[in-house]
Amino acid sequence: MTADAEAILGEIRAALPNAAVSLLKNPGPAAQHSLRVGNDDLLRVAAFLRDQLAFDLLSNATGVDWPEAEKADAVAIPEAEAGTAESGFLETVYHLYSTSKRIGPLVLRARTADRGDNACIPSLVSIYRSAEFQEREIFDLYGIVFTGHPDLRRILMWDEFVDHPMRKDYVAPDDYEYEPTPHDDVLEKAKKHYPANP
Amino acid sequence: MISDPSIFSPAPVLEGSDDDQLLRVSLGPQHPSTHGVFRMNVVLDGETVVALKPVFGYLHRNHEKIAESVTYLSSMPYTDRLDYICPLTNNWAYANAVEKLAGIEVPERAEYMRVILGELTRLINHTAFMGFILGDMGAWGSALMYAFRERELILDLFEDLTGARMMANFMRFGGCRNDLPAGWAEKCGKLVDDYGPFLDEMEKFLVGNEILLARCQDVGQLPPATLINGGITGPMLRAAGVNYDIRKADPYGIYERFNFRIPLGEKGDVYDRIMIRFLEMRESLKILRQALDQLPEGDHVNPKAKIRGFKPPVGEAYARIEGPKGELGFHLISDGTVNPYRYRVRPPSFINLTLLEDMCLGLDLADVVIILGSIDIVLGEVDR
Repeated sequence: MTADAEAILGEIRAALPNAAVSLLKNPGPAAQHSLRVGNDDLLRVAAFLRDQLAFDLLSNATGVDWPEAEKADAVAIPEAEAGTAESGFLETVYHLYSTSKRIGPLVLRARTADRGDNACIPSLVSIYRSAEFQEREIFDLYGIVFTGHPDLRRILMWDEFVDHPMRKDYVAPDDYEYEPTPHDDVLEKAKKHYPANP
Repeated sequence: MISDPSIFSPAPVLEGSDDDQLLRVSLGPQHPSTHGVFRMNVVLDGETVVALKPVFGYLHRNHEKIAESVTYLSSMPYTDRLDYICPLTNNWAYANAVEKLAGIEVPERAEYMRVILGELTRLINHTAFMGFILGDMGAWGSALMYAFRERELILDLFEDLTGARMMANFMRFGGCRNDLPAGWAEKCGKLVDDYGPFLDEMEKFLVGNEILLARCQDVGQLPPATLINGGITGPMLRAAGVNYDIRKADPYGIYERFNFRIPLGEKGDVYDRIMIRFLEMRESLKILRQALDQLPEGDHVNPKAKIRGFKPPVGEAYARIEGPKGELGFHLISDGTVNPYRYRVRPPSFINLTLLEDMCLGLDLADVVIILGSIDIVLGEVDR
């Protein structure tokens, strides 16, 4: 049974009046509406959801890259007073379930300030241990820095890798396959990577 | 891109020097007990594990990025390769998520076919698991041969139906690719009838086996609350006594129509995890028997479901099923084009490894191998 995001928003507002939480509507047939939580309040809200509303299972945590903010507003439509999204950003989406009440998913979203050096979101590992590897994966593939994560390292890519391959503007290298006799387009690309024949 | 390299945590410095005789062992990635290309950096004090850091990514091919650049249907064959022991549940989970995203109805016959294939896949997974875990305990070969003998019979059924033993690529949005061939349901019914005696035989070898008891009992337990907090799902969680099976807790498809029970363990040690899978297989046989008896006539795929130029409406959906290894979910975001804007697999094998270190600390190195075996991972899904 899908959690009623609107009712839960009411409970959060009643218990944590200062928390920056707003409802984002999902226009699709799934109608899984989500709650956007401000980064400063993310840990408080997550702890409230876990301890008071019995959302004990953080099933899924994932990153999304939104270089164009309008697209994000089309998928998760903000309420009128909350205002539309700013310039491009990175987002994490969490799917919470309650194993005792058997409801879910409750969708939480947190957004970074930009896609550059301020791409930070507080880590939820202290509240949900299951975020540990998933946040490492988001860090690896999207470059979101989870402040407070106990062991933030690359997990799927190798440690020396630079850049974050799941970003929309990532350009795959063209030297991933060695070509013994390059010609045409491949030759042009190969010139960038291999020294010319003497 | 983040330019400041100081945000990278340094590789963990593990306590101890040569003086206190700690031994660092890189276990894997090329070792049969790691079920593929999984690696653990283990620090040992004598035989006792004092630290364990898993290393991932040897089979990483960025499945999610590839899925963003192709159409929705083009990812279907790729999902077979995630957990390659049970491709049909992967197909089902993905089809389920797309159907939720686009609001597609599934005809009744297709739902029954999915349940039959899903439960057969659970039988395959748990049977193969019995072979692998006994191999991990040193019964190298014979147990796996018995398990694979039975698995092969189910794979023959899959081959008759889908044309492929393993890489089925069988589910479609709104149903299944083709209908059951003539006589398939009868063959499947015969297999279901014959499977119980095989389980009896396998169980007779195992339940009271002294080596199995000595190796598995009281190994790798964690409190249920820790397991839930760590995101552990599937047989691992139920072995610890938590009654949480998505087929009952958040029913999908037509599982509400069947009469079956959720087996629960008591202690959550490796022994419970093995036995819970035996019991689940017996429940799967019950579901299969009911589904085959009730199988209705009708369409195998929704005739209105679009295949060419399929564009789900703008929105997002997260849908999950009870895979043989745990909660298998897909999170999809559509921006109204033919390609998914975001395609995320929630891999149970990967997330079930979160608490591996906690389970292994203070135990012997030999226990690490069977704890890892009892988690039941497939690296195609862990590394994606």
